[in-house]
Amino acid sequence: MSIKTLFFASLREQVGQSQVQSAWQTGLTAQQLWQQITQTEFPANVLVARNQEYCEADTLLSDGDEVAFFPPVTGG
Amino acid sequence: MIEIVVTETIFNPWDAIQTFQQQPEFNAQQSGANAVFVGTMRDFNEGEQVQAMRLEHYPAMTQKHLQQVVDKAVVDWGLNHVLLQHRVGDLIPAEPIVLVAVWSAHRRASFKACRQIMEDLKHQAPFWKQETLKDGTQRWVEKNTAG
Repeated sequence: MSIKTLFFASLREQVGQSQVQSAWQTGLTAQQLWQQITQTEFPANVLVARNQEYCEADTLLSDGDEVAFFPPVTGG
Repeated sequence: MIEIVVTETIFNPWDAIQTFQQQPEFNAQQSGANAVFVGTMRDFNEGEQVQAMRLEHYPAMTQKHLQQVVDKAVVDWGLNHVLLQHRVGDLIPAEPIVLVAVWSAHRRASFKACRQIMEDLKHQAPFWKQETLKDGTQRWVEKNTAG
């Protein structure tokens, strides 16, 4: 019953961790997961992916999910 | 034929195209058009001199996402072939960052698809640039240029 959370780029530096393993419980959303780990409100410009696909901040998570939080992308 | 490469090693886009075209699956007879975009690292950004750049990415998502972007362009524009390469890791100015090469029967599809892949990649693919300025300070690039 756990969730793997990843942070990238400037968010990784802000949070001070690149990967966190935490407990999953029924009804947990991506936004709540952010709040649990960082103890801060979910910022407006943060992007979220669930199992390597973009999702909304209020997406319900499942046991075993990989969730990633990252800033706006700047490739190419 | 579709080839997507994310690499930490410097690449020569023109050599990559030549190698791609030499593969037996490459059918030149059906492709009357080929459009190519090469993105290269600049030595300036937002009024500052830039001496180096690090490109970070989310490996598991990058591959999956680039595949989706390319698959969509193939369906939207009926492409015959796509070659996409993207650099990650440490770069210096003038090194290629991205190569998008597409082949189709006619020019409109190639022009449109090449642009579509590039814009989708820039706005959605999980890459992040961190610049080292001339004075040694580092900063994250926070947004794309208007293009």
